[in-house]
Amino acid sequence: MKVLVLGVNHITATVEIREKLAFNGPKLEEGVSGLRQVPEVREVAVLSTCNRVELYTCVNTIAAASENIRNFLATFHGMQRSEFEKSLYVHSGSDAVRHVFRVASSLDSMVLGEPQILGQIKDTFDFALSKKSTGILLNKLMKKAISTAKRVRTETKIAENAVSISFAAVELAKKIFTNLAGKSFMLLGAGEMAELAARHLVNNGVQDVMVVNRTYERGCELAREFNGRPVKFEDFLHELVNTDIIICSTGAPSYVLLKDQMHKVMKERKHRPVFIIDISVPRNIDPEINDVDNVYLYNVDDLQGVVHSNIHERKKEAEKAEAIIDEEVEKFNRWLSSLDSVPTIVALRQKAEEIKREELDRFKNRFSDLGEEKTKAVEYLASAITNKLIHPPTVALKEDTEDRDELIAMIKKLYAIDGDDE
Amino acid sequence: MEIILFEIALTFYFAAAIVCVLELFKGTKTTSTIMLSLAAVGFAFHTSNIIARYVLSGHIPIANLHEASSFFSWCIVLLFFFLEYRYKLGLLGSFIMPIVFVLMLSSSMLPRKIEPLSPVLQSYWLGVHTVLAFLGDAAFAMAFGIGIMYLTQEHFVKSKHLGGLFQRLPSLQTLDEINYRLITVGFPLLTLAIITGALWAESAWGSYWRWDPKEVWSLITWFIYAVVLHIRLVAGWRGRRAAILSIIGFCVVLFTFFGVNLVLESKHIF
Repeated sequence: MKVLVLGVNHITATVEIREKLAFNGPKLEEGVSGLRQVPEVREVAVLSTCNRVELYTCVNTIAAASENIRNFLATFHGMQRSEFEKSLYVHSGSDAVRHVFRVASSLDSMVLGEPQILGQIKDTFDFALSKKSTGILLNKLMKKAISTAKRVRTETKIAENAVSISFAAVELAKKIFTNLAGKSFMLLGAGEMAELAARHLVNNGVQDVMVVNRTYERGCELAREFNGRPVKFEDFLHELVNTDIIICSTGAPSYVLLKDQMHKVMKERKHRPVFIIDISVPRNIDPEINDVDNVYLYNVDDLQGVVHSNIHERKKEAEKAEAIIDEEVEKFNRWLSSLDSVPTIVALRQKAEEIKREELDRFKNRFSDLGEEKTKAVEYLASAITNKLIHPPTVALKEDTEDRDELIAMIKKLYAIDGDDE
Repeated sequence: MEIILFEIALTFYFAAAIVCVLELFKGTKTTSTIMLSLAAVGFAFHTSNIIARYVLSGHIPIANLHEASSFFSWCIVLLFFFLEYRYKLGLLGSFIMPIVFVLMLSSSMLPRKIEPLSPVLQSYWLGVHTVLAFLGDAAFAMAFGIGIMYLTQEHFVKSKHLGGLFQRLPSLQTLDEINYRLITVGFPLLTLAIITGALWAESAWGSYWRWDPKEVWSLITWFIYAVVLHIRLVAGWRGRRAAILSIIGFCVVLFTFFGVNLVLESKHIF
């Protein structure tokens, strides 16, 4: 039995192909049960997200199974095999295990270290469990993938430091103000990036939200969205006295806030710190305002710079993560090889021999005057019983049946034979 | 015996200070635990040293410059543990433990002999006056360390160098608030120390105020911190300016403590 992974991701496949291959909604259940019927496939779990579609399977023979699965994919999604063949990657054995661990640890993600993928892997696993489409091997693989991902998260800094502009803005805000709860916030202008950052701030507890817009109606609309209040453009300077965080993104061709004005505002607000994020291009806030005491001004390039260095940081951490994954793959392989029937049969025999010897020794001590002939007879009896007892399990282990892996695990458990299972 | 206790404490503080400085470059949970344990062991030996000296001399062991700067360090470490427990500020130790070590080192180089108290000093005022003064000074030392942390962190935010140190230092607002709180604690203690000093002077020398250099410099210190508090409340000077003022304030404290005795003539032994 071998692990086989087939899939496409954001790098190998265009969004059109990913869409066609996706298993979403009711297709997931149909797909999983369909795959279970594919000859040579024994266990299956399906991961389908917007960036990747992956089939995790456990198969008898790689080549045949891989062929069958491709055919299944083509029929199931109503595609020609040639449509997706080029985008498809196939991993088997140790490579497959490594691939699953890397995906779960977010090393294969578009945004390195992003946290969603682990949740998606968990969902995949839960779904497979509920449909009973996985068995001992994939269950173990999925569990190990999740624990490896957690190890990567705690032992490296791969998930630390924001890698999007809006998150970087929130992180910075937290280094200026300890707690964003109770802080007041002004959205000056509008725009996708500004609104996203605003939403993150609101989610982090910013309370008094003011929305300023050249067109008052648009301002009212946005204000409703953020649970804030609209402020007329003419009044915004006046409201700055009560504003701790400003996100500016207007289409103005020149500065809307000058250094002198800011000096005045700061005096009025008794120099309480202000964090200004200027996302507008061209810039709307006089860059010299950063020189005013207790005013911290960041423009879009500054934030971009922060994001870039954080991404660089994550890439360095990814190297550490790969080492952890190597270790875990190694452990998994050891477990996998312990599942082979031969070592299990040997272990079972040893166990039986051990028990026989112990009992015989005890017997001989007790009846030391029995005489050689009779002792021989007893020894013979003991051997006959142990051999008879372990014969059926040995035969069963030697047969190459569907459920042999389960059988091996079961026998190990029943006879308390230690596997290499941590 | 008590000298050995002092040396052990000094060694542990030295080790803690080294770990603290290393922590600036690469800090983990382990390094901060090691640093705190080293400081705690040092503190335990330091405390027993002070108790031993009390038992040996029969009076509160703050009677010469060696004992004074030792007790000063002890107060700072005590306050450090309190702040660490209360606020869990990352890297506070890196800015405080070196100060403690330098104070302890200078203490170790001063004459340590226990001599009988001169009649003037044989008064309960000795304990009250000196303990108040050093607790206040310890708060100012802490405000100094926090002030440096503030300036460091502010430099990172303003210049947009957001590296690892930036990540590990506390937020600007936290630092500013604690700086302020420390001065509001240190200032009344200093005030009380000056008042008890005056009362003691009256009973010992017959007048409340004799323009002794120590008294003058204490007054200057008092004025500086009064100004810090005043302009914060009235004009809202906070952040960088408050941090700078608390750094200047502590420099004056240090001069009042060491400098006056070295440069000027004073009736105060320390």
